[in-house]
Amino acid sequence: MRAEFVQNQWDGLIPGLQNNNYDVAINGIEITDDRKQEVNFTDPYYLTYEQLIVNSNRDDINCLSDLVGKKAGALKSSLAERILQFPGVDVKTYDSEVAAMTDMANGRLDAVLCDAPIALYYAKPDPRFKLVGQPIGEISYGIAVRKSDTQLHAKLNSAINKLSTSGKLREILERWNLWHYLMAVYLNDKGPSNILPTKYDYYMTSLGKSKTFYDKLQRYWEFRSLFIWGIVNTLGVSIVAMIVAIIWGLFIALTRLYAPKPFSRLAVLYIELIRGTPLLIQLYFIYYALPNIGISMSPFLAAVIGLGLNYAAYEAENYRAGLFSVPRGQMEAAVALGMSRNQSLRHIIVPQGIRLVIPPMTNDFISLLKDSSLIAVITMNDLTKAYFQFATTYFDFLGAGVLVAILYLIIGLPFVKLAKYAEVKFSTFRTREEENRMKL
Amino acid sequence: MINSSEIMIDVQGLQKYFGEHHIIKGVSFQVRKGELISVIGRSGCGKTTLLRCLNCLELFDIGGIFIAGIALNRTLSGKSQEVDKSKSQKMLSKMALPFMGFEKEKQLDEDFRIKAHTLRTRVGMLFQGLNLFPHLTVLENVSLAPIIVKNENKIDVHQKAKELLKKVGLEQFTERYPSQLSGGQAQRVAIARALSMSPQVMLYDEPTSALDPELVGEVLQVMKNLHDEGMTQVVVTHALHFAQNASDRVIYMEEGHIIEMDSPDVIFNHPKDERTLKYINILKD
Ligand SMILES: Nc1ncnc2c1ncn2[C@@H]1O[C@H](COP(=O)(O)OP(=O)(O)OP(=O)(O)O)[C@@H](O)[C@H]1O
Ligand SMILES: [Mg+2]
Repeated sequence: MRAEFVQNQWDGLIPGLQNNNYDVAINGIEITDDRKQEVNFTDPYYLTYEQLIVNSNRDDINCLSDLVGKKAGALKSSLAERILQFPGVDVKTYDSEVAAMTDMANGRLDAVLCDAPIALYYAKPDPRFKLVGQPIGEISYGIAVRKSDTQLHAKLNSAINKLSTSGKLREILERWNLWHYLMAVYLNDKGPSNILPTKYDYYMTSLGKSKTFYDKLQRYWEFRSLFIWGIVNTLGVSIVAMIVAIIWGLFIALTRLYAPKPFSRLAVLYIELIRGTPLLIQLYFIYYALPNIGISMSPFLAAVIGLGLNYAAYEAENYRAGLFSVPRGQMEAAVALGMSRNQSLRHIIVPQGIRLVIPPMTNDFISLLKDSSLIAVITMNDLTKAYFQFATTYFDFLGAGVLVAILYLIIGLPFVKLAKYAEVKFSTFRTREEENRMKL
Repeated sequence: MINSSEIMIDVQGLQKYFGEHHIIKGVSFQVRKGELISVIGRSGCGKTTLLRCLNCLELFDIGGIFIAGIALNRTLSGKSQEVDKSKSQKMLSKMALPFMGFEKEKQLDEDFRIKAHTLRTRVGMLFQGLNLFPHLTVLENVSLAPIIVKNENKIDVHQKAKELLKKVGLEQFTERYPSQLSGGQAQRVAIARALSMSPQVMLYDEPTSALDPELVGEVLQVMKNLHDEGMTQVVVTHALHFAQNASDRVIYMEEGHIIEMDSPDVIFNHPKDERTLKYINILKD
């Protein structure tokens, strides 16, 4: 069996597991009593501690107690965050440790507390930072599975057991420079080591190399599939969501205009509710709250529904404006010629309304494309997520930011052109009233 | 010219309310086949409303209409209900809904609805404003209704549409859009569009009021030609010269009543009712 790899925000790992988006969560999840309430953990596969990091040019912080009156950063809902919660420390939390370190480099934080492996891999190679003080606390990482998956749980445990007794686990950790006294005690394996940290060294040298602009470009190229998938997901969600918005929006508009009172009130309520609340909250609600009442869906579906329902409210108003814009006399003239109501709508009113509806609709699609960057929060691997992943892995917020901005511009460009074209195309005829109005 | 005594329009005791406002207060008249009738009167006296009732664009409340072989009757029963509905309708039309005014039809019985619909296919109507369909070419404007309402063959309809456009002197404009026409041309296309359904009666609501004076003549000429061909026509008009010289009879309306209906000579030169005389004198000043 091959594992399928799904990436998610760190603090969304456990909700995502419970949502059935994946079956196993492995990413430095420390075993805590709180989390044990919600999921099952395997035996620890790694023990580690918290490490304090500061900017390399300062000497005033060497232990936790030096943090009083200072600003310290940590990963959201991590042990580090809880350790920092003592009087006098201003704690700021982040989606990733690299984001915290970047903030510190930019002077907005005095220190960052994070798990030792992160410090080793992200702070130590970077000349802007240094690791200070003694190891703090003790954390054990476990693999999280759903409580119902007892079989999977047992299998994972026996695999971990096999790895540690065979010495394979020690070998892996040594190669990646992650072996230390806590592990030695835990595995009861205090013998001398003859394995060199080859993987870690390779990592360090590869970091040291990519400094020039050309190297950077090369690295973007190496990661092209990350960005391409980002584009595919961003475009895919946006297009499907727009189709939902166009159809659902028409339904809402017609309900608002022509349905009996209670229904048209509901339609108005819907429009006001959607337009009056942040899209981000709506996305969180659909993805994380609805499962509580038994409606759980894939990130793609949640993204499409969230964006689609949101934009439907705007499209409904767009349709309404279009239908209003057709002078009343047009319907009368059609009916006077013997056309039925439906024939008049189809041949006279809608074709005229459409020309006012299409140009704003293409513009709305462009904003939807940009708003779709929010779906990263519900685990969609869109272009924004690709940016965040890449930037936090390589400390490259600037270069990758420019790259992703350009990518957004490029994928939006055809639609910008389409909007311009639609505006020209659908204004080739005007009603006489409009012409007169324009003359005034 | 009016040899035929065949009755084309027969209106008896027609009444119309808008909410509590009594707009048409009991109107009766007859029009023979081939006649051209002008309707004159002060602004707000109910001319447009009368015309719209004849074509069932407004639903009359009481009375009887016989027009182009179709008879519609309504009595007082359910009147109070009607008043309430038209109130809410008024509210809606204030909101400028794009297609109001036909809601009431939903409450009518099937038989009445079908008759009203058939009536509209037999009666052509021209409105006060200019309302050609701006998204269609001249030819499409004139051909659309026969194609979709009568399911006629497209080629035949186009052929007929071109003949009609020739009749109103616009055969070279078939591919233009309404916005590329002068007011007079647009109004002549509108006449051709109404004629495309081969109506037995044509109703016009101030067909020249939106036009520059020099364009009025060409539209009136089309109506005169139709008169010569024997079309039955009712024209609400402020073009007194036309009413006086081209029509067979003239109706003078005041506050929802027909005050007098007679030959132009009588109405304009020696009216029997002093209210008519007063109005004519104001016009002549
Ligand atoms: N849809 C409506 N709802 C309410 N009242 C209306 C409506 N249409 C017309 N009226 C009223 O009915 C009366 C007659 O209107 P109508 O349009 O028939 O007058 P008219 O004789 O055609 O006037 P004009 O010469 O100015 O066109 C007016 O007082 C008008 O305000
Ligand atoms: Mg009028």
